Amino acid sequence: MSHPTHDTRQYLLRLYVAGQTPKSISAFANLKNICEEHLQGRYQIEVIDLLINPTLAKDEQIFALPTLIRKLPEPVIKIIGDLSNTERVLVGLDIKVLAPEHGLKNAQP
Amino acid sequence: MQHLLKTPTGIKGLDEITDGGLPKGRPTLICGGTGCGKTLLAMEFLVRGATQFNEAGVFMSFEEKPEELSSNFASLRFDLNDLIDQKLLSIDHVKLEPSEIEITGDYDLEGLLIRLDYAIDSIGAKRVVIDTLEVLFFGLNDEDLLRSELRRLFSFLKSKGVTAIITAEQGKKTFTRFGLEEYVADCVIFLSHSVSHQIATRRIRIVKYRGSAHGTSEYPFLIDEQGFSVIPISELTLDHPASNERISTGILRLDTMLGNKGYFRGSSVLVTGTSGTGKSSLAAHFVNASCARGERCIYFAFEESQNQIIRNMHSIGINLNQWVEQGLLKFQNTRSTLYGLEMHLVVMHKLIDEFKPSSVILDPISNLVETASKPEVKYMLSRLIDHLKTQEITALCIDLTSSKEEKEGTDINISSLMDTWLLLQIMQGSGERNRGLYILKSRGMAHSNQVREFILMDDGIQLRDVCIGSGGVLTGSDRDNQQAKDKAEYLESKQEIERKQREIERKKAMIEVQIASLQNQFEAEKEDLLRLINKEKLRNELLLQDQLDMSKLRQADPTPKSSNSSEGSYQ
Repeated sequence: MSHPTHDTRQYLLRLYVAGQTPKSISAFANLKNICEEHLQGRYQIEVIDLLINPTLAKDEQIFALPTLIRKLPEPVIKIIGDLSNTERVLVGLDIKVLAPEHGLKNAQP
Repeated sequence: MQHLLKTPTGIKGLDEITDGGLPKGRPTLICGGTGCGKTLLAMEFLVRGATQFNEAGVFMSFEEKPEELSSNFASLRFDLNDLIDQKLLSIDHVKLEPSEIEITGDYDLEGLLIRLDYAIDSIGAKRVVIDTLEVLFFGLNDEDLLRSELRRLFSFLKSKGVTAIITAEQGKKTFTRFGLEEYVADCVIFLSHSVSHQIATRRIRIVKYRGSAHGTSEYPFLIDEQGFSVIPISELTLDHPASNERISTGILRLDTMLGNKGYFRGSSVLVTGTSGTGKSSLAAHFVNASCARGERCIYFAFEESQNQIIRNMHSIGINLNQWVEQGLLKFQNTRSTLYGLEMHLVVMHKLIDEFKPSSVILDPISNLVETASKPEVKYMLSRLIDHLKTQEITALCIDLTSSKEEKEGTDINISSLMDTWLLLQIMQGSGERNRGLYILKSRGMAHSNQVREFILMDDGIQLRDVCIGSGGVLTGSDRDNQQAKDKAEYLESKQEIERKQREIERKKAMIEVQIASLQNQFEAEKEDLLRLINKEKLRNELLLQDQLDMSKLRQADPTPKSSNSSEGSYQ
């Protein structure tokens, strides 16, 4: 395992939704929580409503909603869903978890 | 009841079998295996919509990129980029990489609907194609969610009032792998690609078309440089026109045999014979006569190349090349095994519709049997002949019969379809093979029942009377022999008559001579006798005078008695 504590990259995250649906609201809330917990101070979230900017759907190759695109750091990564499965979001966005040392040791019996 | 509105596809033949096109404002499912032409059919629907009906269309592609589509369809002379520039077409490629998709919770496919909605509104599209939805199933792997989302997609399409084509892969037991036909209840079209006798044939079938009449058969279709064409060939209506016009067979004596006028225009003529009986030569004469009248003709050859036919016919003095150069004659040389029977039919139909000939030659139809079973060939030919008859095109079909089979029969049993049937037959004898021509039938005209000897000369076919000799019909050198013998016999009998006549003359002369000599003899005898008579008379007179003198001297009375007696003795 490398040193996870040294991730200092800035995250630019775009959340694509279609209006104020329950899924889009919960997606935003879930994202906000994850970012606050793991990326405090180095993230930026942009919420884009495709009902207002429909051309972006084609440009960004979006078919499922909500979709989250990690614009930065590169490479661009796209994940789908309301972000309720935190582990999958972390893996998908390649966010290094600030895990306690013993936790890692437990993982290696 | 409200009539179902339809959107014409503009695709050759498809509008005929769907009775006007696809259901307007509703989705149609096109399913079939890989490479059966789904994408092409769908894209042509949009291109023809744009170019022929001025209806813009959206193509949502899950498989091919716009650049790939453009270059693929450029080979079919569809300029997609030009249509895109004219805002008549919009292509949206949905990129779905299963490996790159991370699902983190609930989602829906609203993004797709937004894209479609925007694309439709931006160009005012009336037609939509989604090619192919299965990719979603592979990429997202959540069937329950997809099913509810697809239902939403279809109701969205209906609400937009667009006529849509959804393509789907064929499943093992179902029409589509994921049962999409459940959602598209209005119209389902199935494309297949079957192989029999190692020959592939594409076919189209309307599985379902709610609220509309439609052809239910499997129709063959063709994909060529002009796109998709379906040939609705079930024209078995038998209400074609029957012309009274007669056209020359190209052979004067054959015209004479056929009621002095030749074939009926628009009739079907069958020429059967074993190999080497001159069937193609007979056809070439007909072609030559047709083209000389300024009529167009297509020669479908399944055995020989164009050059070969032209060269061969040159040897009997027929120049077919001139008609090719003048654009009146078209050769279509294809090996019968090149493609399936249906495909042959489609190709023929297409060519006939394009070239508009007034006569066609099929040389030989028996070769088509190689590609299919006999009933199929018969069925195909009957459809072709019906098509030709409705267009008043005269068809001359050549059928090669094998010598083993019955002479007055055809390998494919198609003689009942034919109006005129000529049989060419080899007549063997005296170490020679000679050709004979019979008319087995010719509907609607008086025709000769005679056999003619069929001779191929430097200047074409000649028909000659045959001799009927002791051993039957005589041809070739037998006939020449017979004719020589007949001539000799005639000369001989003529001489005999002359000889007899001379004898009569001679006899007559002889008898006349005899008569003359007898007459002379008679005259001579008559003269002698007369002289004797006179002498006697004189003597009697003298005797009487003496008696009178005597009695005068004796002074006797004259007695009549003595005078009488003397008179009696005198007599």
